[in-house]
Amino acid sequence: MTKPRVVILRSPGANCDVETAFAFELAGGDAERIHVNRVLEQPAVLADFQILCVPGGFSYGDDIAAGRILGNQVRHHLAETLQEFHAAGKLVLGICNGFQVLLKTGMLLEEDQQGPRATLTWNDAGRFEDRWVTLATEPGSCVFLQGVESLELPIAHAEGKFVTRDTAVLDELGRAGQLVLRYARRDAPALTSDVVPYPDNPNASVANVAGVADRSGRVLGLMPHPERFIHRTQHPRWTREDLGPTGQGIRVFENAVRFFR
Amino acid sequence: MLWEVDIYPRPDQPDRQAEFIRATAAELGLVDDLVVTAARGYLVQGESLDAGRIDRLARELLADPVVERTVVAAVGDPRLSEPPEPDRLLVHVLNKPGVMDPVAQSTVAAIADFGFEVDAVRTLRKYWIAPPPEDVLQAICSRILANDAIEQVLVGPLPFKRLESGGAYEFQPVSVPILDLDDAALMRLSREGQLYLQLEEMRTIQGHFRSLGREPSDIELETLAQTWSEHCSHKTLAGRIAYRDERSERHFENMLKETIFAATQQIRAELGADDWCVSVFKDNAGIVRFDDALNVAFKVETHNHPSALEPYGGANTGVGGVIRDTLGTGLGAKPICNTDVFCFAPPDTPTESLPPGVLHPRRVIQGVVAGVRDYGNRMGIPTVNGAIYFDPRYLGNPLVYCGNVGLIPRDKSHKQTRPGDYVVAVGGRTGRDGIHGATFSSAELTSQSEELSGGAVQIGNAITEKMLMDVLLQARDRGLYSSVTDCGAGGFSSAVGEMGADIGAEVWLDRVPLKYAGLSYTEIWISEAQERMVLSVPPDSWDELSRLCAAEGVEATIIGEFVPSGRLVLKYNEAVVGELDMEFLHDGRPPVVRRAEYKPEIEQPFDLAAVAKIDCGELLEKILGSLNVASKAWVIRQYDHEVQGGSVIKPLVGAHEDGPSDAAVIRPVLDSQRGVVVACGMNPRFGDFDTYHMAASAIDEAVRNCVAVGADPARIALLDNFCWGDCEQPGTLGSLVRAALACHDLAVAWRTPFISGKDSLNNEFHYTDAGGMKHTLAIPPSLLISALGQVDDVAGCVTMDMKAAGSRLYLVGTTHNELGGSHLGLVGGQQGGRVPRVDPTAAMQVFQAVHAAIHGGYVRACHDLSEGGLAVAAAEMAFAGDLGAELFLRQAVVDDAIRDLGPADAAAAVLFSESNTRFLVEVPEQSAEAFERAMSGVSCGWIGRVTSERSLRVYDAVLADDAAAKAAPLVDAPVAQLKEAWQRPLDW
Repeated sequence: MTKPRVVILRSPGANCDVETAFAFELAGGDAERIHVNRVLEQPAVLADFQILCVPGGFSYGDDIAAGRILGNQVRHHLAETLQEFHAAGKLVLGICNGFQVLLKTGMLLEEDQQGPRATLTWNDAGRFEDRWVTLATEPGSCVFLQGVESLELPIAHAEGKFVTRDTAVLDELGRAGQLVLRYARRDAPALTSDVVPYPDNPNASVANVAGVADRSGRVLGLMPHPERFIHRTQHPRWTREDLGPTGQGIRVFENAVRFFR
Repeated sequence: MLWEVDIYPRPDQPDRQAEFIRATAAELGLVDDLVVTAARGYLVQGESLDAGRIDRLARELLADPVVERTVVAAVGDPRLSEPPEPDRLLVHVLNKPGVMDPVAQSTVAAIADFGFEVDAVRTLRKYWIAPPPEDVLQAICSRILANDAIEQVLVGPLPFKRLESGGAYEFQPVSVPILDLDDAALMRLSREGQLYLQLEEMRTIQGHFRSLGREPSDIELETLAQTWSEHCSHKTLAGRIAYRDERSERHFENMLKETIFAATQQIRAELGADDWCVSVFKDNAGIVRFDDALNVAFKVETHNHPSALEPYGGANTGVGGVIRDTLGTGLGAKPICNTDVFCFAPPDTPTESLPPGVLHPRRVIQGVVAGVRDYGNRMGIPTVNGAIYFDPRYLGNPLVYCGNVGLIPRDKSHKQTRPGDYVVAVGGRTGRDGIHGATFSSAELTSQSEELSGGAVQIGNAITEKMLMDVLLQARDRGLYSSVTDCGAGGFSSAVGEMGADIGAEVWLDRVPLKYAGLSYTEIWISEAQERMVLSVPPDSWDELSRLCAAEGVEATIIGEFVPSGRLVLKYNEAVVGELDMEFLHDGRPPVVRRAEYKPEIEQPFDLAAVAKIDCGELLEKILGSLNVASKAWVIRQYDHEVQGGSVIKPLVGAHEDGPSDAAVIRPVLDSQRGVVVACGMNPRFGDFDTYHMAASAIDEAVRNCVAVGADPARIALLDNFCWGDCEQPGTLGSLVRAALACHDLAVAWRTPFISGKDSLNNEFHYTDAGGMKHTLAIPPSLLISALGQVDDVAGCVTMDMKAAGSRLYLVGTTHNELGGSHLGLVGGQQGGRVPRVDPTAAMQVFQAVHAAIHGGYVRACHDLSEGGLAVAAAEMAFAGDLGAELFLRQAVVDDAIRDLGPADAAAAVLFSESNTRFLVEVPEQSAEAFERAMSGVSCGWIGRVTSERSLRVYDAVLADDAAAKAAPLVDAPVAQLKEAWQRPLDW
């Protein structure tokens, strides 16, 4: 069985590419980090891969808004390539800045005549925060979260508050089963749409949304970092709690790899 | 056409900028309920831009329509100055011309991606304020909205309709007549030309050019001033010093070499074949061995003067600078973590007490933290360790220490510039920013510094550096260059001067890529524009290097050649504008003998009886709530401390991830268990007693922090960073030499080598008050010791949070009656006491014993005792673990001085003494025997237990008679209450 090939899209300011590639390799994938300039020069390089991952970081410094500039580059130059990639039954994952980028490309949540229906904006606290959160899932058809009920992962972002244009959009996304990953109370990690208080919902996202999938379930964007919990000692309480030998985050990558086996 | 796009939060969204301004105005006591609306904006200039295009850019690029609304119009259009509410005053804040604006740069490129052409973009901030009185408005503008050092405030509509770029430069060689100047004129030239050289140095330069029979050019003088600056040459500490203290006199030819370096040389000689130092005190960072394939490099720098004037930019570029230090070490180390330590005046300093020219400490703190955050996070380097110290004496000179650790392959740890190599500039472009940073940081600050040295203040662009780092490490692995260094203080002048010191170099200044036109050849040469490095590239590697850089959008330019002439030749358009002998440049500086004297303070008694009257629980709460001890979570959480995936021991640990970790541990190689430990030690309060013991205590603290998480004391490397006042004063220099002697003594005794260091002198602030009185504010002696430890297997590391009720608690180490400089003294209003000492022999035995116990797996939790002593350590361990504890003070191993005290005094001394080399250790009952065996030969007392009840109870009793003692605990406090006291002060 050949390993599925994973492309980790580097860009100026992407900075989680190395550990994300490592996580995919650990999960059984064959990961390669490729600079966006190569893809822009020759979009066909993507055809060799089964999984595209836009990693965390600060693409183009998050100047103007997080993920905006890279998102626009994709929109202007790679929209067709990515449509083909998706139509071929392949997977796309955006982590943290990658989620911000995917949202701004319009390929994760389709836009309507009024433009984008949702965005990731500044945390309510108005600043960058690094902390661990508890997550509840509603995987539906989302490939990456199959069999995952809850997760503990770190977030590290300033612009991670998920906001929809209005409540109608939120309801639509909910009904379509796209709000697949939610912040949850640490002491009662159940899925809920009632906003749980800070810091359990670290940025005041509506309906506690931490990650969304496209309608096919083959594109996922999430703010928490699964690649930062693939090893027991990455967990903040590993010296006091009985944790398994690997971190829960690895399951996101394993699910992606398994999809092609 | 110049368009403006203003971006406001949509009505259903919070206006966070406005909220922040309102809150800050109230905190500073300026106005209680300021009414303000805030917007950010872009000025976009381009002939091809019509209304349709700019609308599209606003919608698809600049604003987020889901949460924001825009006002788009040509500059001058009244719509832009229509207030959102009636009776509001319009205030614009823009960067001064030439100040780095990374967002504007990115915007130009992002607009090009739409296929539109633009000439220029500038960002601005816009505020609509319900007009307060004129003087309050002034204060709001200068204290909250803008910083004069880099920004300008424009009230009312924008007064221009075009964005101007710099004018062209007309080449004109400049020579500076000095041959006939007298001493007074030489010194005037030194001051007014911002050379900041001393008379003896100016005379030496004059003599040199007299012997050449010509006047120097401006660029030659500048090159000498940069190279001979305190910042670049450390002439004070590496110079001749006649030192005298109460015990002896000593003459140093080179003080640092004979104390701190000498200690390292002695350790290396003693270790022989087991020497694990690789490169010490010669490169941009020190390097030691890590594993079979890799070495580890470590450097800590200071960026104090720039941070005093512009906290955000100063700290920002401080982080950027130290990252380039490790990148520029050997053939380039890959940065794996940052550490940042700050010294500030208390944030509650009354606004009206601020001397002229001083920023409010609260603003300094917010700016510095944001600056470190934004650079470190964008670089993708985790900030894992730090500390903050507060003292009113940091008001005029806040201190910002930035450190970086990097991994470097063993065969890439050394560099060698080769004759015939190209001088290649890579990374950011050169602008007028940072002119005179090196000489400026060697001068004292005054209330006019802002106006004098505005050019020395900069903003960084982290992404430029990230891109540079990405290509540099690839180029390193492909072997495309033979040497590298960063452009730091002194810019190309220092970088090329250093790399070519043994060879010679010719530089073609007209080829340097510029941010804008108009720079003179001298400005190009000494600019300290950020994010630049210099490579020495063999001609046959140039094509590949050039292609690699281009592939990732990084600019690389040949700007000269290392010519084996022994001379530095500077050319502009083929004309020689400067020519200096490398030998004169690097070794021509005249030796100056400085006097240094030290007289330790005479020990005054500490009035324990007065303090012991106060309830111990109340004292403990006060200490927990004192600024040095209080939780720094507000700062820590703003740093990404987990990027790169190697996080093992985080800065905040425990049941709720909020206990203060002793040291950070990371696992930098993702498929290896080997760990790097980073910690620090510092205690300026001890320096008021004796800087020898202050230094020894700082080293002890840094080492014990490493040991507390599991580091092997036989593999700890140290860095020194001296921040001091005016060292031309014998007393001030004496206090520094004294600290350096302690560094030597402890390093040798423990075989903990110093591998790198840096100093920042002249941290004094001069001002004249409203009554015409002159004042000087000098910082206290501030020695930061940073420690780099190692662990074989991170799975054996421990954290400081209590883990399980029923465990035993042991106090390891001897408690002395050492309350001098303690936090008990601080909250109890006591000045005297004996300052903590270090017993080097006993201390190493304790370190080894604790390490053996952790390594053996007998330890559940371990915490070092520092500020606030046993009481604070126990409280922190308990609330971090969400458990309680009971302590029996008479179980502690104490010295005779404590035994001689009355019972109440003795109990307070045991509880709050800040004696060094002590640990509070949690041991499970079943490991107690093994633990005690590991402790044989060192002071260790079974002092109490972990309890499930969440209270801290302290008894003046022995364990055996706890029934009787339990009637009257000295401390009986709910752990939640202690935690709240600890978290409240800095929970911003």
